[in-house]
Amino acid sequence: MDKPEEPSPDTVSAPESLAAPVMVKRHRLSTRLWHWINVAVVAIMLMSGLMISNAHPRLYWGRIGANSDKAWLELPQFPGWATIPSEYNLADARLWHLAFAWVFGAGIAAYLAWSVVNGHLWRDLRPRLAELSPAHLWQDIKDHAALRFPTGEAAARYNILQKLAYCGVLIVLLPLLVLTGMAMSPALNAAFPWLPELFGGRQSARSVHFICAAGIVLFFVVHIVMVVLAGPVNEVRSMITGWFRLPPEPVAPVAKDPAHD
Amino acid sequence: MTDQFSRRRLLSAGALGTGGLLLSGCDRLSQPGPFRSVLEAAADAHYGVQRGIAGEALAAEFAVSQMSPVFRANGNVIVKDNAEWSGHAADQFARWALKIDGLVLRPLDLPLDALRAMPQRAQITRHDCVEGWSAIGKWQGPQLGPILKMAGLLPSARFIVFHCADRFGTVPYYESLDLIEAHHPQTILAWAMNDKPLPVAHGAPIRLRAERQLGYKHAKYVMRIEARSSLAGLYGGKGGYWEDARGYQWWAGI
Repeated sequence: MDKPEEPSPDTVSAPESLAAPVMVKRHRLSTRLWHWINVAVVAIMLMSGLMISNAHPRLYWGRIGANSDKAWLELPQFPGWATIPSEYNLADARLWHLAFAWVFGAGIAAYLAWSVVNGHLWRDLRPRLAELSPAHLWQDIKDHAALRFPTGEAAARYNILQKLAYCGVLIVLLPLLVLTGMAMSPALNAAFPWLPELFGGRQSARSVHFICAAGIVLFFVVHIVMVVLAGPVNEVRSMITGWFRLPPEPVAPVAKDPAHD
Repeated sequence: MTDQFSRRRLLSAGALGTGGLLLSGCDRLSQPGPFRSVLEAAADAHYGVQRGIAGEALAAEFAVSQMSPVFRANGNVIVKDNAEWSGHAADQFARWALKIDGLVLRPLDLPLDALRAMPQRAQITRHDCVEGWSAIGKWQGPQLGPILKMAGLLPSARFIVFHCADRFGTVPYYESLDLIEAHHPQTILAWAMNDKPLPVAHGAPIRLRAERQLGYKHAKYVMRIEARSSLAGLYGGKGGYWEDARGYQWWAGI
């Protein structure tokens, strides 16, 4: 899957392959900075959140929900290796969660605002109408399933599944996590009574909060798998330095070697 | 086979060890020290910000049809080893009186009948436990603000402390509010719940309702209200039983 770093002996004869690898600036500083801050902050929010869940591992729809009310989901007790702190302590879990909520919320707000201003959202992440056609989507799903990753210029842009995943996280899941988190605060409920009602009540907001967190975990798993499959060194370097090596185009005339890819 | 077995054991031990190191790192950072102080400062920042955002806003009030079929009682649901409270409970709190003292001009003793005779506020509100559950119930009683006016707070008073009859081990329960929350229109001393005298499980004879705060602020079995200039010197100094015992935030608005 990952292209060899050095030209293999049988391609050395083709002069095109001798060209220096094409490096492109793929991620701007704001993206890289926010990405790595989020790695830590999202992990802390998730793990302290699982400990908070352990205090009352039942989810409800509506405004109310306690032990005698009907839960739509009863969660397991999350084990110590998945929680902060590792032993049951709701007070300390809340301390971590509510402290890092500032970094989490401010980070999303700043990154979203900056991505609107610098055009990242509109230019790089906006799904185009043609990309949303069933035929195009299906082709992209087949390419992903067959592990055919884009090469050359196309690799510098996001494909439609990437766009949908990143937009889903950036403009749906992460903002919803902040809003549903605020919707659980009694003082903020007094200030903004419409906020919990927007989700159908405080307990619904709590359920949506958990569902969005589960969505982030799902994204994380798929994201890591895709990075590993697409060439982890190149991908991780591009998120640290910004520079991404375009996977070379398959040499078109060499049709005699169809197994090349 | 034994080789494979031991290698697998080694690998899983290694993985557990790495995870354990990361986790024990977080656990160590939770111990008192500079990092925990930063966490506490960040968590406390919600107090200032929410004070600014919420202002005098009222908590949502609900319709009778939205009330919880069963309102869960938690924390202490009975008072043990307190002869004074038990004596009052035995005669339906007929000779019980709420003490109001501390930094006030006129210390008061207010019998239950006096609290019932004062102008009342009834409110159907949502109770949110710090654990995450919510219940909607109806509460009735006099507002705390006018009672504090009757007693006449001294200018040095900054906090209102609620001393309770129930105990965890040997330590009695206590909680505190700042003056803004104490004077909030929905902060009442409830002697009635769901149109009946407050049940013992919910804090008879009276419990505090501070509707913009999480459940642990809503002190039950309140016996005495004390006006103080500072929370220092009150048990552990953090202003409440759970704050002192477990490190819960004093600001319970989030």
